[in-house]
Amino acid sequence: MPTVDTALVPLLLTLKVAAWATLFAAVLGVGAGLLLARLRFPGRDIVDAFLLLPMVLPPTVLGYYLLVAFGRSSALGRWLEQGLGIELIFTWQGAVAASTVVAFPLVFKAARTAFEAVDRNLENAGRTLGYGEWTVFVRVSLPLAWRGIVAGAMLAFARAIGEFGATLMVAGNIPGRTQTMSIAIYEAVHAGDDALANVLVLIASGVCIALLVAASHAVRGARSRIVPL
Amino acid sequence: MRFDIDIGKEVVAAGRRFSLAVRFTTEADRLALFGPSGAGKSLTLACIAGLVTPDRGRIAIDGDVWLDTAQRIDIPTRDRRVGFVFQDYALFPHRTVEQNVAAADDRGYPRRRSRERQGDIDALLALFALDELRASYPEQLSGGQRQRVALARALLAKPRLLLLDEPFAALDAALRQRLRAELVAVQQRFGVPMLLITHDPDDLAECAQQVVTLAGGRVAPSS
Repeated sequence: MPTVDTALVPLLLTLKVAAWATLFAAVLGVGAGLLLARLRFPGRDIVDAFLLLPMVLPPTVLGYYLLVAFGRSSALGRWLEQGLGIELIFTWQGAVAASTVVAFPLVFKAARTAFEAVDRNLENAGRTLGYGEWTVFVRVSLPLAWRGIVAGAMLAFARAIGEFGATLMVAGNIPGRTQTMSIAIYEAVHAGDDALANVLVLIASGVCIALLVAASHAVRGARSRIVPL
Repeated sequence: MRFDIDIGKEVVAAGRRFSLAVRFTTEADRLALFGPSGAGKSLTLACIAGLVTPDRGRIAIDGDVWLDTAQRIDIPTRDRRVGFVFQDYALFPHRTVEQNVAAADDRGYPRRRSRERQGDIDALLALFALDELRASYPEQLSGGQRQRVALARALLAKPRLLLLDEPFAALDAALRQRLRAELVAVQQRFGVPMLLITHDPDDLAECAQQVVTLAGGRVAPSS
């Protein structure tokens, strides 16, 4: 029989991982989106394609790359572990890293498109009013691109909730520690635990429907010019 | 005011090369850069504001150097204190009329407004008959109202030089007539020198004390 623990623990872990991953993907995606929308440099198309790669690569391939990059045998992995005390392999933080990489292109693409649509003359108007580049970003570009960025972040969150392949490769399948909802469902089905699978699937569907409703509300709110800055 | 400019810039747009070489000096409080479209007027204005960096040259106002490529001086736009009225006015669509006019004060975090500055803002709103529109958004305004908001927004920053890019082009003839007189009155009231660009000969007689004519990226010899 499914208990509160077997159903709730994967759900809470999934929400925690997805929330952190969305935050990281949003910060990185907005930064990269702004740079690629504004700067012209040689090799820009290649950088652009590289940043979108996680969207088209098979999640297992992506997970393998992350495993190689963050594992103990890599310099980056050793630096994270010994320098910062962060271990990514077979930890929930590793699940965050995997979900961040997978969700990043969604925010990046939305942010780049949104920044490209911002009238450059509005940013110039800010400069003639004495704004420095940071103030131009915070007072002009970001509020005008806000809707697109929020929409991208919502998609990223949904994608992070559904993350399976890369997370499994990096963080593994440790019940209570790295077993997210998608992985718990897979395991329940394989173990023949139909009752648990049913409960988890219903919860997952409910959360996703709630997210969709919230997203459409947020977009409607943004349309009425309510921006935080 | 004494204004000196001597700049050169090569630009390639849509596969065509355009070469700008503009030099003039003025002490007029109201100067018009006149010429057909494609003469390099807007590019010159953007260079004066610092929005475009010329390949070579020098720009100075009252002895203060804004640009001198030989000495590697290039004061950024934010420190030049120019008031810029863009051709399409470039009002912030997410800000109300009052917030647009007050925008020059929004450099800090969070936004703060002293009582004295609010007084300046209220005075500008009243002067430009924008009092009742202060809570409206730019998309709800007529062309003439938008121009007034853009002018008030530029003036709040107490600019050293007011730059206007085809300020009347988007307006109908009757309104144009009225706003020309209004602009001259504003220039005299605030004592701010202005430089406007236009392709409309009618603007010259009413708005300009001196005219610099541009053609093909060069100053025409007649001016």
